[in-house]
Amino acid sequence: MLFKAVKPVVQVALLIVGITMVCFGVMRGEADAVLAKAIRLCLECIGIG
Amino acid sequence: MARFRGLIQAAATLATNIHLPNFAKGGIYQGAGKAVCVPGLNCYSCPAASGACPIGSFQSVVGSSKFSFSYYVTGTLILIGVLLGRFVCGFLCPFGWLQELLHKIPSKKLSTKKLKPLTYIKYAVLLFAVVLLPVLVVNDVGMGDPFFCKYICPQGVLEGAIPLSIMNVGIRSALGKLFSWKLAILIVVAVLSVLFYRPFCKWICPLGAFYALMNKVSLLGIQVDQCKCVSCGKCAKVCQMDVDVTRTPDHAECIRCGKCVGACPVDAISFRYGLGVTGDKPAQSTQACENK
Repeated sequence: MLFKAVKPVVQVALLIVGITMVCFGVMRGEADAVLAKAIRLCLECIGIG
Repeated sequence: MARFRGLIQAAATLATNIHLPNFAKGGIYQGAGKAVCVPGLNCYSCPAASGACPIGSFQSVVGSSKFSFSYYVTGTLILIGVLLGRFVCGFLCPFGWLQELLHKIPSKKLSTKKLKPLTYIKYAVLLFAVVLLPVLVVNDVGMGDPFFCKYICPQGVLEGAIPLSIMNVGIRSALGKLFSWKLAILIVVAVLSVLFYRPFCKWICPLGAFYALMNKVSLLGIQVDQCKCVSCGKCAKVCQMDVDVTRTPDHAECIRCGKCVGACPVDAISFRYGLGVTGDKPAQSTQACENK
């Protein structure tokens, strides 16, 4: 019952946390790190590395 | 929506792997779109992949010498988890769709109801193979292996190694014991998928584990109108994820496939979307239901 009452607050809080984390991650260069990995063949993924 | 699930799954798989000509070229897409994580489990070494696998991306970021945590990928997963929950598994994940197609092959089908403890394995896979090991087990320059991608994930072999090795002699000649191990995992998962419904999603998938944790707070869910419900049990019987939606509409294993919605004879079950909407629409009293 208590969870039902706070559920919308938790949902909004998580949305804000998610957006903040994405922005912070982009700012510190994580998106570039993801791109650098994703555009090269992942040897571990295909069973070579 | 559930009626068109197969079409939506096909469309989502195509959108996730839109660069189809790369299969013939034997190379992978290298555009800026690869900086964005796709919602489902889809190897970024697939020649056609349009985005990055969130599980692979997380491991590559935390396994680098520069970062020990990925706010970018975790934030993306939290957003997708809150907006959709395990709807991603039921509608958008290419590997989930593949397992469903394999399960359509005529054969003896086995129930997973007595194997429920195995569903906890995926949380251990998420914690150890995706989060802890790539950070803690590092080489001399501080870089960790993507343990899940390297030793467990069958998607890399299916989408990456097999098509690339067919077209590229160099890759084909480099395949060794690790490839054989991962190919064996792929074959086991494929065989199990024919016998069981979505074994990888239920027991192993770390992405499914993350979305399962978010299912209770996702905006998209299933709602049961207790005033209409006649407790016939048809919804629980039709559910292949072993969920009784009348008891736990926000169950971690519910992939929002909507089979229970279609099976309900009195339309008591429906999809719902919004802030604070709960899975139960409880009967306040018999009087309240009668007035309704």
